[in-house]
Amino acid sequence: MSILVNKSTRVVVQGITGKEGSFHATQCKAYGTQVVAGVTPGKAGQAVEGIPVFNTVRDAVKTTQCDTSLIFVPPAFASDAILEAADAGVRLIVCITEGIPVNDMVRVKRALRGRDVRLIGPNCPGIITADECKIGIMPGFIHKKGRVGVISRSGTLTYEAVNQLTTLGLGETTCIGIGGDPIIGTGYVDLLAMFEKDPETEAVVMIGEIGGDAEEKAAAFIKQHIRKPVIGFIAGITAPPGRRMGHAGAIITGGKGTAAEKMAALEDAGVIVVRNPAEIGKTVQGALSPRGSV
Amino acid sequence: MNIHEFQAKQLFAQFGIPVPIGKEIRTPRAAEKWAAKLNASVYVVKAQIHAGGRGKAGGVKLTKNCAEVPALAKELLGRNLVTHQTGPKGRKVRRLLVEEGAGIARELYLSLLVDRDSGWPVFIASTEGGMEIEEVAAKAPEKVLKEPVDPAVGYQGYNGRNLAYGLGLPALEPSILGSFIALLGNLYRLFMEKNASLVEINPLVITHDKKLIALDGKVSLDDNALFKHPDFQAMRDLHEEDPLEIEATNNNLNYVKLDGNIGCMVNGAGLAMATMDVIKLAGSEPANFLDVGGGATKETVAAGFRILLKDRNVKGIFINIFGGIVRCERIAHGVIEAAKEVDIRIPVVVRLQGTNADEGRKLLQESGLKIEVATDLWEAAQKIVALTGKRRKKADAAS
Repeated sequence: MSILVNKSTRVVVQGITGKEGSFHATQCKAYGTQVVAGVTPGKAGQAVEGIPVFNTVRDAVKTTQCDTSLIFVPPAFASDAILEAADAGVRLIVCITEGIPVNDMVRVKRALRGRDVRLIGPNCPGIITADECKIGIMPGFIHKKGRVGVISRSGTLTYEAVNQLTTLGLGETTCIGIGGDPIIGTGYVDLLAMFEKDPETEAVVMIGEIGGDAEEKAAAFIKQHIRKPVIGFIAGITAPPGRRMGHAGAIITGGKGTAAEKMAALEDAGVIVVRNPAEIGKTVQGALSPRGSV
Repeated sequence: MNIHEFQAKQLFAQFGIPVPIGKEIRTPRAAEKWAAKLNASVYVVKAQIHAGGRGKAGGVKLTKNCAEVPALAKELLGRNLVTHQTGPKGRKVRRLLVEEGAGIARELYLSLLVDRDSGWPVFIASTEGGMEIEEVAAKAPEKVLKEPVDPAVGYQGYNGRNLAYGLGLPALEPSILGSFIALLGNLYRLFMEKNASLVEINPLVITHDKKLIALDGKVSLDDNALFKHPDFQAMRDLHEEDPLEIEATNNNLNYVKLDGNIGCMVNGAGLAMATMDVIKLAGSEPANFLDVGGGATKETVAAGFRILLKDRNVKGIFINIFGGIVRCERIAHGVIEAAKEVDIRIPVVVRLQGTNADEGRKLLQESGLKIEVATDLWEAAQKIVALTGKRRKKADAAS
């Protein structure tokens, strides 16, 4: 088992004929993902590595029954692409695009409310179920099927954590990059609830960073609803206030959103908070071993 | 992107939000001319820097005498203003806003930003104008009102009424109700049309003659939306930015200068922050945040090196790359070329992990350069801290 995506997930890549889109569609397919369609307006009839290209997501859905979209469209057109996928009946949308205007995402998030569709991202590495299905830009080879679920606002920092889990032989179930923007489709809470229900996930690694209060909200939820061990890391204890640290969402404003506050909230909820990012894997191992030895 | 108060007020005026009559001034001579033309009962001379707390720091001067305006301008121009937001070094004042003063009967607070959790724009208002809203929120949270606006339909009259009655405005000044509700609508339009990430009026004043005026104004524009507004480029003030940060931006690098002495270069924002944190855990302080991005090339690595070395506080460099799409051997080539080009005399530790990491490490080890190579993040951090620490001790002993 896993969450959200698996072997039977059928993927359409929006922006498939672009440099990023074609490269990553090929990589995802090579990993074993069923990449069944691509979309670039005006390029219907072409193919990318054997993947048929359509003009619209609607056409792609009709012909290939794809149920998940992976978006590589430039920022100015990304909100249009997300809404197009939602309207065409796709159930999961993974948007990799970085740099979408916040007010565009305000409208997109409002339009998706109450609909039977989930958005992951934007500004994220995507989602992967180890050894089954990779929908995103993460390096597939560092993942290995195993016991730990990963949720993260970051990209390469997630790879760092995953690599530690794999090296220690713990492996992963599903890893999701939720995105570094202030407004994202899916937050920690929904995913924590899914991991709690997933029988193969034995522990969850949650990687946060400065800015906003998503980690605090997650902490409140964990306290109430999560029984499985959660291991947390928050990046940016050394980040100064008022400065945007790369990600649009990583900024301490009005004294709020500091790493220290987030760590305290998580610890209060029973999360094992790791101070040293090099020790994420070891800490998970420690949290799992008492059960493993029984 | 932040803009000056006078620029924010120009935007306010464009959107029908009342502001005092004023002008941007760069010389005492221009101040003299403008003051004569303005012919006000009170003149306000305000330093224009991208930082709050100007009033307390002496950056705002008032006079009733038109003839004093040039002297006040002279006093402020070129002065280094230190506020609680500028840091100890302060900011040099190069521009002023000279405007007419208002007869203040009442000060309110008003701002608009996007609530990250709901994804809706939300107005924040308070009767405690002129104070910092964080302070009000800490001391008297009941005095901070919030009004979310449904982005599907935009600002509605009821949003304005909720705030107006919540603030008790009709009791304070019934004649102001209509113009307050209209002002909020104009502010919402500005926020959405100009892709602002924050609009703040503090204080929004009610004058003795019962008018609303935005006495101060702060507008931050969404960096991601600058492509929609090419005219904003003219509002950018490079003096308000760190020269190294400007150079980084021009090279498509994400750089923030800090005060420590270990320069770091990392791919990915989250890992870059984590690398800074690990430097501190190992006993030193990071000199910067530097994200070379997902598409790091030889050129970006070389540009990153040059920027790190221009910071005189930097006593050691820590490069941390997790190769995903970026291949480590390419980064290694970039490091080697850059190192040959710029003559590095301080310790460098390169930690490579992920795609082609072994190959990358081998290249570096065989390059003949004095570069320490590492695999493990913690080991690498301890190494660079130890190397810079040793150097410092040696330098101390020599002096």
